Amino acid sequence: MNAQAPTDLRTLSYAEAIREAMAIAMEADPTVILMGEDIGVYGGAFQVTLDLIDRFGPDRVMDTPISELGGAGVAVGAALTGLKPIFEFQFSDFAMLAMEQIVNQAAKLRYMLGGEASVPVVFRLPAGSGTGAAAQHSQSIEAWFGHVPGLKVLQPATPEDAKGMLLAALADPDPVMIFEHKLLYKMKGHVPAGSYLTPIGKALLRRAGTDVTIVAGSIMLHRALEAAEKLAAEGISAEVIDLRSIRPIDHETILASVRKTGRLMVVYEGVKAFGVGAEISAMVAESDAFDYLDAPILRLGGADAPVPYNPDLERASVPQVDTIEAAARRLVRREV
Amino acid sequence: MTLPDNRPFAIRHFAPAALREALKKMYLIRRFEEGAEDSYMRGLIHGTMHLSIGQEASAMATCMELTDNDKITSTHRGHGHCIAKGAEVGRMFAEFFGKETGYCHGRGGSMHIADVKTGNLGANGIVGGGLPIAVGAALSAKRLGKSDVTVCFFGDGANNEGAFHEALNMAAVWKLPVIFVCENNGYGMSTSTARSTAVTHIADRAAAYAMPGVTVDGNDFSAVAFAMHTAIARARAGEGPSLVENLTYRWRGHSKSDRNRYRSKDEIEDWMTRDPIARFRAELIAHGILDEAGAEAVAAEAIADVQAGIEFARSSTAPSISEVTRYVYAEV
Repeated sequence: MNAQAPTDLRTLSYAEAIREAMAIAMEADPTVILMGEDIGVYGGAFQVTLDLIDRFGPDRVMDTPISELGGAGVAVGAALTGLKPIFEFQFSDFAMLAMEQIVNQAAKLRYMLGGEASVPVVFRLPAGSGTGAAAQHSQSIEAWFGHVPGLKVLQPATPEDAKGMLLAALADPDPVMIFEHKLLYKMKGHVPAGSYLTPIGKALLRRAGTDVTIVAGSIMLHRALEAAEKLAAEGISAEVIDLRSIRPIDHETILASVRKTGRLMVVYEGVKAFGVGAEISAMVAESDAFDYLDAPILRLGGADAPVPYNPDLERASVPQVDTIEAAARRLVRREV
Repeated sequence: MTLPDNRPFAIRHFAPAALREALKKMYLIRRFEEGAEDSYMRGLIHGTMHLSIGQEASAMATCMELTDNDKITSTHRGHGHCIAKGAEVGRMFAEFFGKETGYCHGRGGSMHIADVKTGNLGANGIVGGGLPIAVGAALSAKRLGKSDVTVCFFGDGANNEGAFHEALNMAAVWKLPVIFVCENNGYGMSTSTARSTAVTHIADRAAAYAMPGVTVDGNDFSAVAFAMHTAIARARAGEGPSLVENLTYRWRGHSKSDRNRYRSKDEIEDWMTRDPIARFRAELIAHGILDEAGAEAVAAEAIADVQAGIEFARSSTAPSISEVTRYVYAEV
């Protein structure tokens, strides 16, 4: 064991880290409130708010009716007038019921009012497949919101980032959407104590390599890192970048890596077409980094189908460690 | 024994100076709308707009008891609300002309006109868009321990949006200080309430949310002012929301593209005989608040303000093209 390794590393789950961030913010700022369906005594569908109602009471941990459009709109109106609401969608899929308030109102109010208004609302959205919940409870729609000026769209992959991004989102004067992967809620990792902000719009180099750049966020980061480890055993050196933020997107970190490795692969759970991969691919193609490419850019995304119920089909519908590994191998060995 | 005071509510309740100011603002709304229409015809304003000529009593009487701390959310037909809440017509015209001096620095235009400093959180291009936002503003007031109320203007068309149901239900469940003011002008664009709405009176829907609902003659200043007085008192007392339905009529079409094929000339002319400004003016004169000369002076002030406002807008500078993405995010 490394003698330098600290022995007092705090370890929390991703869900615990999010809860800790909410508690820190609520202790520090009485204008922070939580809103959402069944976030009170039930503790939230994924138990993220758990016991916060006991600590902060029902006036600050508000169960809403099953009214996504209205609830999100109430959060927008409250943010416009002095509160800092954190609104939990029970599943990110349900944000579609609130698109009007998110896209037409929250995202545009500052601009429409010429900078005279601010909407500091945070939307939390449990996302992703792998739970057997099928087509309406398993989607990854974060790229949709990447298309909307006025929003910020984050995708934490680790407990440390889940906490730091939520605190950063609360400190931000504009609407922020945080897509939390359901399969990550129980994942444990180091989480610093106290308050800290993970910078919004900064990707992070998670593993250095020389043969191929793999850009992945959320749970795909972990699959990409596992694939990179396996590829290393056969002599392929993959560089893995944690995207972290979809809007704003960190051009520089990605471009610098592509200039170094000469190959780019983008891995994401959302449907492949018109997704995060298209944006990143185009960004590279439009830049000087294009001249450094030794192979075509490769996108590995979700299947062109709703998320299926059958577990084998469900697994096959989104990138997995083995598919990432195989795709990287093909790319590096010029088999694409 | 004293005789009961049978004068209309507004005459009894408001000071003469406030009543004179109300008449002035109603004239200001009418002349503003005409000035905007004229400027549009002359190519000084582009896009489209939704005029509220004929609905001035609804806007003004609703806002009579509101302070700058009280909030309103408005609609696509929101010029009158903006003026009634206290905005300056010069900065409104500047916004319509797309100028940097406009309330939204030329980014919003007619459909997003707002004046946050006087509590107007903005017109809205989405029918029903302001309903949940108003509930959120009322939630802020309650959580922050303020006595402010929020007035949510919406039209008869919005009462068939899902947002109406969700917003009224939440406001009632949480007993929030919000007053939902439906300006029922009979048509959602071309579709009449008779063809679109299952109930005769939109205020009847209040029963579904366990809140008081009242339908009033929206062209009768006193009737609207009294309904609002009652609803605002209830809201400030922490007793929860109310729904007020003002029956009114827009003399002009829905927007600039409207050819009025869905309503008759007779119908329009009939409503024009119920002009809310003429009625209020006659009431003030009848009760000795103003004389004819005083009323004429008020009307003349409105004309002068509108002329000065248009001049201010015309002479203002346009936003810089290089700032097209300014105000998307907060400036750090």
